[in-house]
Amino acid sequence: MIKVLIAKPGLDGHDRGAKVIARALRDAGMEVIYTGIRQTPEQIVQTAIDEDVDILGVSILSGAHMKLVPRILELLKEKGSRIPVFVGGIIPEDDATELKRLGVIEVYGPGTSTSEIIEKIKGYFENANI
Amino acid sequence: MDESIKKSYEEWEKQTESLIKKYPEEGNFKTTWSDEVKRLYTPLDVGDYSQIGFPGEFPYTRGVQNTMYRGKLWTMRQYAGFGTAEESNKRYKYLLEQGQSGLSIAFDLPTQIGYDSDDPHSLGEVGKVGVAIDSLADMETLFDGIPLDKVSTSMTINATASILLAMYIAVGEKQGVKRDKLRGTIQNDILKEYIARGTYIYPPKPSMRIINNIFEFCSKEMPLWNTISVSGYHIREAGANAVQEVAFTIADGIEYVKTAIEAGLDPNVFGKRLSFFFASHNNLLEEVAKFRAARRMWAKIMKERFNVKDPDALKLRFHTQTSGSTLTAQQPENNIIRVTIQALAAVLGGTQSLHTNSMDEALSLPTEDSVRIALRTQQIIAYESGVAKTVDPLGGSYYVEALTDEIERRAFDYIKRIDEIGGMINAIESGYVQQEISNSAYEYQKAVESKEQIIVGVNDFVIEEKNPRKTLKIDDALEIKQIEKLRSMKSKRDNDAVREKLENLERAARTSENLMYPIIDAVKVYATVGEISNTLRKVFGEYKESVIF
Repeated sequence: MIKVLIAKPGLDGHDRGAKVIARALRDAGMEVIYTGIRQTPEQIVQTAIDEDVDILGVSILSGAHMKLVPRILELLKEKGSRIPVFVGGIIPEDDATELKRLGVIEVYGPGTSTSEIIEKIKGYFENANI
Repeated sequence: MDESIKKSYEEWEKQTESLIKKYPEEGNFKTTWSDEVKRLYTPLDVGDYSQIGFPGEFPYTRGVQNTMYRGKLWTMRQYAGFGTAEESNKRYKYLLEQGQSGLSIAFDLPTQIGYDSDDPHSLGEVGKVGVAIDSLADMETLFDGIPLDKVSTSMTINATASILLAMYIAVGEKQGVKRDKLRGTIQNDILKEYIARGTYIYPPKPSMRIINNIFEFCSKEMPLWNTISVSGYHIREAGANAVQEVAFTIADGIEYVKTAIEAGLDPNVFGKRLSFFFASHNNLLEEVAKFRAARRMWAKIMKERFNVKDPDALKLRFHTQTSGSTLTAQQPENNIIRVTIQALAAVLGGTQSLHTNSMDEALSLPTEDSVRIALRTQQIIAYESGVAKTVDPLGGSYYVEALTDEIERRAFDYIKRIDEIGGMINAIESGYVQQEISNSAYEYQKAVESKEQIIVGVNDFVIEEKNPRKTLKIDDALEIKQIEKLRSMKSKRDNDAVREKLENLERAARTSENLMYPIIDAVKVYATVGEISNTLRKVFGEYKESVIF
């Protein structure tokens, strides 16, 4: 079973998307942990490692993504973790490009269907197993 | 009369049924809360006219003033603020020049949650969703050249409302405007922060005490100030349907009136300083009915539950914002049309003030051009559409009246349920409200994915879009600049005075004294939002959400 951590870093309280994704992934048969709002990058990375998750989804709508996501990637690297990270929220296109360059596997904007995200995650692990 | 209508209606239905065999109906015929929408509404669906009544009279279904927009148009109030106080000050002056009639201040998240810009929690958030205010020095810059006796100012601030209000008072004094002349609103609705918006600091009990202190202070010193804006907006945006929005907002309102009465305030007086804030979504007629139902429900509750006699304290006055969550990142120009429909619903529903969203808000903060179009949308409705010429133009529409009744009935069912749980604070602490909203949000998402709910440009009528749009970017250098400003301010102020005022505040927090007075003293010596909040954190502790999804 794929184990997912859905996390909300920073001070952003817009958690509708995070909760809907968490529930959709759970309904799709994954094991889902949701951190709740206002987590620091340190707390998120610690939870991801302690819970030994397969993948980490980060939701940000406050505009702080270019500070918080790179910090999460950096901390994962420091801890020697290779947990893949995807991001959802209001992320302008050039920021999304930059985040992917830094190693984020996918960036999802408003209007993305949960089934698209589910397929992508499942596909990611099928390919990874080959 | 009813008998003959009933007979004709039954004949018409019979005839229609036979037609349908040849030409079947197609589509989604449900309300957004999943009730069946009838093919046709007739006088048979409309109840007693006393429930509709006259504008300016109980139960205020048709509006809170006799003349509504013929007397005065709604206040066009665009929520704005970003970056530093200097930049926001410029945007406010621009909006006032463009004919906007009141200010609405957006604060950044650190300001809203009581952290200074140099706090580690503030990383990346400084100046992002609103303006960064660390101390009175920033507030002075924010209102530079804007005479506070000439504008009314709405501040979206909750957990730190007491501090920002204190700063506003202090800026007024420096301009020579006494606090009893200041006009405006603080949102100050902490209950919906636990439910949906997330900028709480302390646990519910001390938070409610601070709110009560503000109520009491303003009732004595600021007669023109609206001390709370009970907000359904964020509840709706978090996924609630229209019925839940009304029900949970009014249930919050009941809780605030209860605590104000416990604090010794007269609801006949206090009720006049309450205001509400709702969202407006795409379903035009449901939304119109929602505003009408909310007004009627509140009047009944104030009259029957709280025994209020003064008619002005029965009136639900509200601000409306069009819905951010309905805006699409795909084909963003379509959002102009969505905003128009939503704004129209608010006006047909009798709003007192309105913010229209900008078309690019699903992509980033709005650019100046798109903010102008949003404001122009309101002006076109006001001056060209003709809907403001008469009061409650949809009153008497069989469908709208039936919907108004239905929303009221369903929302009162929720309120009964919440009463059984022991009031809104219990309902929030048990997670009941959050779970209801989360369920609706998930149902909605499923309806979109199954195409039961069509979103133009997202799950139907999709096109390939290439060129990235011009979006507003907040320069990251701003965070550094704001931190430098904060540090230089701290080196210049009288730090002994700050220490003394903060100690005084801490002492007051441990008693039952009104905290507004020591907070005003502290902001005047340039104690920061973070310092004041941390002082109270020491006494009150912090709230931790129970994670529900």
